[in-house]
Amino acid sequence: MGKDGRVTNIFLSGVGGQGTILASNILAEVFFSQGYDVKKAEIHGMAQRGGDVTTHFRFGKKVYSPLIKYGEVDFLLAFELLEGLRYINWVREGGKVLLNNQKIYPPSVNIGEMKYPEDVPGIFRKHFKKNVYVVEGLEIARKVGNIQAANVVVIGAFSNFFPDIKEDRWIEAIKALLPERLHELNVKAFLEGRGAFG
Amino acid sequence: MQKVVMQGNEAIARGGYEAGVKVACAYPGTPSSEILRTFAEKYPEVYVEWSVNEMVAVQVAGGAAIAGVRAMASMKHVGMNVASDAFMTFSYTGIKRGLVIVIADDPYSHSSQNEQDSRNWARFGKVPMLEPSDSQECKDFTKIAFEISEEFDTPVLLRTETRVSHSDSPVLLEERIEPKHEVFLDRREAAKYTMVPAYVRQRRKFVEERMKKLEEYANNFKYNVMEINDTKYGIISSGVSYLYAKEVFPDWSFLKLGMVWPLPKKLIAEFFKKVKKVAIVEELDPFLETEIRAMGFKIWHGKDIIPTMYELSPDIVERAFLGKRFKSPKVRFEVDSLPKRPPNLCAGCSHRPLFYALKKLGLFVFGDIGCYTLATSPPLEAIHATVCMGAGVGMAHGAMKAQGKVGLGKSCAVIGDSTFLHAGIAPLMDVAYNKGNSTTIILDNRITAMTGHQEHPGSGYTARLEPTVAVNYEELGKALGIKSIRYVNPYNVKETMEIIREEVGKDEPSLIICKDSPCILLRRAKPLEKFKYPGYTVDEEKCRGCRACLEINCPAISWKVENGVTKDGHKRKGVSFINRDQCVGCSVCEQICKFEAIKPIEREGR
Repeated sequence: MGKDGRVTNIFLSGVGGQGTILASNILAEVFFSQGYDVKKAEIHGMAQRGGDVTTHFRFGKKVYSPLIKYGEVDFLLAFELLEGLRYINWVREGGKVLLNNQKIYPPSVNIGEMKYPEDVPGIFRKHFKKNVYVVEGLEIARKVGNIQAANVVVIGAFSNFFPDIKEDRWIEAIKALLPERLHELNVKAFLEGRGAFG
Repeated sequence: MQKVVMQGNEAIARGGYEAGVKVACAYPGTPSSEILRTFAEKYPEVYVEWSVNEMVAVQVAGGAAIAGVRAMASMKHVGMNVASDAFMTFSYTGIKRGLVIVIADDPYSHSSQNEQDSRNWARFGKVPMLEPSDSQECKDFTKIAFEISEEFDTPVLLRTETRVSHSDSPVLLEERIEPKHEVFLDRREAAKYTMVPAYVRQRRKFVEERMKKLEEYANNFKYNVMEINDTKYGIISSGVSYLYAKEVFPDWSFLKLGMVWPLPKKLIAEFFKKVKKVAIVEELDPFLETEIRAMGFKIWHGKDIIPTMYELSPDIVERAFLGKRFKSPKVRFEVDSLPKRPPNLCAGCSHRPLFYALKKLGLFVFGDIGCYTLATSPPLEAIHATVCMGAGVGMAHGAMKAQGKVGLGKSCAVIGDSTFLHAGIAPLMDVAYNKGNSTTIILDNRITAMTGHQEHPGSGYTARLEPTVAVNYEELGKALGIKSIRYVNPYNVKETMEIIREEVGKDEPSLIICKDSPCILLRRAKPLEKFKYPGYTVDEEKCRGCRACLEINCPAISWKVENGVTKDGHKRKGVSFINRDQCVGCSVCEQICKFEAIKPIEREGR
């Protein structure tokens, strides 16, 4: 992932209200500060609440399209299991996957019309072997003191994929994007997530 | 100068700020809403307002431009339909200082009632249109739009779309240039600004001449860029479509149009001379293609391979050109078989019990534009027609006139507070004036919720959160001539049903206003405080698995398959489950449960 011509593609998926936009803003802040060109595309609007939400995030020497090509995702960052599985075909061979081990039932599952898929991490492992990581974002956030910080826990875990980027850089980005009263909670959430893989 | 990552909409506001804009107006609409929010939050030098609707926004901005300051109005694509009456004639009058109208399209209708291509407004209204492709261009094009506006005495359209407005990329910041012009109204300019027939005809000629000059300007416009690489293949494109094409075919030649109207005929001719096979890649309508074909050029590919609807993407462009040679990535899982996840009303939303009541009453519901449109989805399925801002009120009236008294008690219109103020007052006046008998329900949640909590004339605050007057819906209804006006608290399901039943049955116009029903996410209204308990839980000894509570489509309630019996011996196939993390204690499910199986959680227990 040097500063060669190659663009790195990160795909974030989750459920509206989970804070994927803050998460993607942290990525943009961090990679831009490393001297990369960045592009990020997402769907906004309050009416996305409860619906599936995705962000395309790309960084490299020069990035044209804000959208990633189908099948060329290097890193899939799923904030919810079903929403991860929905984009399994987007990931390239050898791509890496981080799943937040949380289930949020969509309406058709809530009313018992459809089944929530079983063993999503297992399905991913079949194809991506050791490149599949699972983090308990919600439970870690609950321990840290607020389940709203689950998104930052997940970003903490994700930060492990980029060993060249210093911890401080991530923390600076989080502080730059959040009001001061939320700094302590979110930095803690980030560090817990970062340490989640031991 | 500092370089920062910005959203396209933020960059448009930044461009306006740097260009010395003094007045910015908008009505919120995805994907345009952040433009005005950015002005309001970051640039105190600029007067900002959430206008009542898009036409008012263009009128206010136009008035400011005629008085002598740079002004902007921004809106989503369908907002331009509302603003078009003002826009079409400002094209004739021109301006004194720059006027830029930003239109944000929504290909694929991520959050809209239709999918229209706003480039057509430029040709229709005879004004120039710029189309940026990323955030840097959003800023640069906004600035140059003001220069073009002043040089050619014209409003300028800036067209974006979801993937430009809602994408983030780096932007180089520059200083604001504070305008130094005199601001005044000149009575001697009446012939320029008064569009009575005699003056219209003079300005009509001016418009034609202006467009000819602009076409010449377009040939040398610095953002109409020719990139000659491989001369065998070339693409003419603009906006984000250019980025998709460039991503896929970086070695081909490109003519990237920063100005999509008027078209630079000489430049296009030059491109055709230099490149052997020229294709056109554009989202939605064959706008460039139709024009370029009419110029007599032979096009290699255009809409024969590029879709005329939905969004484009790099893979759609690649697939279009490669055809059978396109290698589709491996399918690891049949994702189409997965449960879909449409957006849903929030847990605790005041719309949910209201729509449950309407469903139980068996009414045909004329809906409108707002979060409540989500009540269309199963299992609620409580909206039966939705067209445009304000349409439900007029349609319900028309349907009643068509049916006569047979229609009484069978339908109603629902409309949000912001939508009502935007376009619902006129049709409601029509109901009263024309002796109608339809029922209109204002779903007052105290804010423009769907687009992300923008203020409106009923919220009591301006765009900069200064307290101001708030519309009184009851007094307004009275002034329009409506005699039967009632309030409902939607969280009381039984009472809400009774009141609505009475009103829809009356042979006179009725207005029902929801009260104590603020958006569940609107913190300043303290929406949770009125709930007696912090949450509810299912008593599994009592739950008979009748599924009545699942009908309200609350995200906190789910079905758990589990054969068993209740404590008093009723067999059941499963039970309902309430997710504590999501339940806010609105009590609607408790009111619906016939078996007292839904119990409150005491406050201390949390």
